[in-house]
Amino acid sequence: MTRRARTVAALCLAGALSAGCTLAGGGGQQEQGPVTVTLATHDSWNAPQEVLTEFEQRSGIRIKILKEGDAGELTNKLVLAKDDPIADVAYGVDSTFASRALAAGVFEPYTSPEADRGPQRYAIDRQHRLSAVDVGDVCVNIDRQWFAERDLPEPETYADLADPEYRGLLVVQNPATSSPGLAFLLGTIARYGEEGWQDYWSRLRDNGVLTVSGWEEAYTQEFSGSSGEGPRPIVVSYASSPANEIGEDGRPRTKALLETCYRQVEYAGVLAGGDQVDSAGKVVDFLLSQEFQATVAEHMYVYPAREGVPLPAGWAEAAPLPEDPASLPSERVEAEREHWVEQWRALLNQ
Amino acid sequence: MLPLGFLAVFFAWPVLAIVGRGFADGGVAEALGESGTWRLAGFTIAQAAASTVVAVLAGMPVAFLLARVRLPGTALVRTLVLVPFVLPTVVVGLAFRALLPDGGVVSIVLANAFFNVAVVARTVGGLWAHLDRRLEDSARSLGASRWLAFRSTTLPALAPAVTAAAAVVFLFCATSFGVVLMLGGARYRTLETEIYLRTVQYLDLPGAAALSLVQLAAVVAALAVGAVARRRREGATRLRAAVETARRPERGEWWVVGVALAVLALLLVPIVGLLLRSVSTGSGFSLAGYRALTGRGEDDVLAVSGWESALNSLRTATDATVLAMLVGVLAAVVLVALRRTPGRLARGMGEVMDAALMLPLGVSAVTVGFGYLITLNLLPGDLRTSPLLVPFAQALVIIPLIVRMVLPVLRSVDERQRQAAATLGAGRLRVWREIDLPLTARSLVAAAGFGYVVALGEFGATSFLARPDAPTLPVTIAALIGRPGELNNQMAYAACALLMLVTVLVVTVIDRLRSGQSSVGEF
Repeated sequence: MTRRARTVAALCLAGALSAGCTLAGGGGQQEQGPVTVTLATHDSWNAPQEVLTEFEQRSGIRIKILKEGDAGELTNKLVLAKDDPIADVAYGVDSTFASRALAAGVFEPYTSPEADRGPQRYAIDRQHRLSAVDVGDVCVNIDRQWFAERDLPEPETYADLADPEYRGLLVVQNPATSSPGLAFLLGTIARYGEEGWQDYWSRLRDNGVLTVSGWEEAYTQEFSGSSGEGPRPIVVSYASSPANEIGEDGRPRTKALLETCYRQVEYAGVLAGGDQVDSAGKVVDFLLSQEFQATVAEHMYVYPAREGVPLPAGWAEAAPLPEDPASLPSERVEAEREHWVEQWRALLNQ
Repeated sequence: MLPLGFLAVFFAWPVLAIVGRGFADGGVAEALGESGTWRLAGFTIAQAAASTVVAVLAGMPVAFLLARVRLPGTALVRTLVLVPFVLPTVVVGLAFRALLPDGGVVSIVLANAFFNVAVVARTVGGLWAHLDRRLEDSARSLGASRWLAFRSTTLPALAPAVTAAAAVVFLFCATSFGVVLMLGGARYRTLETEIYLRTVQYLDLPGAAALSLVQLAAVVAALAVGAVARRRREGATRLRAAVETARRPERGEWWVVGVALAVLALLLVPIVGLLLRSVSTGSGFSLAGYRALTGRGEDDVLAVSGWESALNSLRTATDATVLAMLVGVLAAVVLVALRRTPGRLARGMGEVMDAALMLPLGVSAVTVGFGYLITLNLLPGDLRTSPLLVPFAQALVIIPLIVRMVLPVLRSVDERQRQAAATLGAGRLRVWREIDLPLTARSLVAAAGFGYVVALGEFGATSFLARPDAPTLPVTIAALIGRPGELNNQMAYAACALLMLVTVLVVTVIDRLRSGQSSVGEF
């Protein structure tokens, strides 16, 4: 009797759960009216719904978002699917991967009327297949309080990180598995050149650098300046990270070392082979518009590519845009990346 | 035909297409010849073997506790032991990094074992609970020590279950991705992590294809071992109802109970760590993370609230389970029919199909996901970007488990009963409804429930395919952990607690249904 009651109860529960079943209805709502443009982007995509809705009402274009992994995964998916693209527009291919996408012919030429408001500074391609949407700098971050408490001067340059005074304090990410890790490696290559970077990394290794696989472990677990309160006061993160570490006194607890920055520019472009080229171009214009550009700092922790876009309160002090960051040409990164990462692995594993 | 068709379209075709693309680009042979490839294979097998040994050693005492001991609280143990199985790897990775900061290989092995103790405990425990105790007792009465009696009578009877569980665990560990990536740092790599790197970062398809072939070979070998073990198990033992075999432990057995409890305590360490983390902030305890589940995180990191992603999880897991049950049960029915058909050919076909159904567990989710990109556009409706892909991919993962659970039960249905029914004039459908269904209903529900739990926790395939407006709970947890801000982190751990709670509820219901059932599933 009780067993039967149990069975009935369980079946009721199962029924309640399956009532939410979407096997039939999961194919997406019927869209009426506006044109739908599909935007393939990376996992960090985040934009306020109000701005998207406002654009839809103004232009009659509804944007459907597809997140396709990080910048590298997104690029590779676009390359693999180039004969029959998964979207009409792509945003998030960055300066590290741009030449792979351009070489594969993923994008088609499109010059946005908005591009002369600043984005052209970062132009990468004479045919204007890619328009810069935002810039983000990967920089070494430090926990200011940690240094203040120990009366140790704050480090400032790459060379300082290899100084015995700062032994065992730095945590970095594996460049094979982490994009800030790769940017930091590229920064050291830009700074020390093909001849000197391996020597610099040997010194970092001898100075007790810790390597972890991703940003999460480095920043939330090993770094002393974040919520995890880890043991190490120096970490590779972003120029904008200190804006998220404002203390109760309204001042940032952490600081980005502006001499250790490597710049990544993120681009958008119209995908070749799509059947809504005109609408796709309008979506690129939207990404470069004042309204959208004003959201990128707060929602994606990057700086707008457009000139004269106000930054959120506190960014001027906590997260200023580095003036003179390092960068390497996209073609060179494309050609050497795997080789450099293998050399780096060999160095760090000994 | 339907099960094979599903596997062909959503598994074999994409995998073959992407691997074939690697071959077309050339250089697969060179990649196979590199010494690095074989070092990777060696490390992959070694770490998986070590993890399997640890999981079996830790799982056996727990299996004993579940099967042979009548003490208050064992039902709770049965439920709790499954919780690690569904936790997202990001979170478990962070927990193990916190516990063993310089763990290296040791933490990889322990974390892999942590996920899989449940498989051993429940698979072996399932058979053990039904083993006739009298054989062991008579060995004892003839003067054998407790250990000798165990070794000479119980262990041989359990061996098939142990080997089958070990094969499944080996398969999970050999292809575990997040654990190795997070805990191996820059130093330790496996075939699975290298396939990911070559595909996702370098777009080196020939290299990835070569590694996929090596991995496939290793997986087929593990499956062969598992298949041999299963065959030995069939019909080998007479089974008793579980109620007859459990009793209060006696003297020496208390030691085993002690070891089992120690294992459970160790399993609980990371879990309790997560729960503590979910309520602690820089300035003391707080439930802010749980309250934040109603929102979308600091700076609206998420597209939907924590609760909505929990609902999405329940929904996609339901879809995946329905789909997997349809395919899995039909496959199991066909397998049983093939087994009952006389003749070598049918038997051979059964074996091959049985192994083929397990393959999705052994192929990298990246390979399948990237394969979708170059194949599914050729189907009507361009499924590549459809929200339906998530349940499809989850179904691929749970079909093998459902087949493993349903198959032995279907096989145990007495053929004579079915024949009698047929003689009395019942049609095939009627026989199925009147005989097979009532006898197997409980295990079907249990298999569905277990598949449901696995789908809830599935992250690998889901993270490649989930649409931003419909993330599942594990995807949301990963997104929250990847952002700065204390509240986001706390919310991630609160979401983990929610995932555990849902799992415990589902497992409790399954176990209620299963209690008193006399047939033996494999999980």
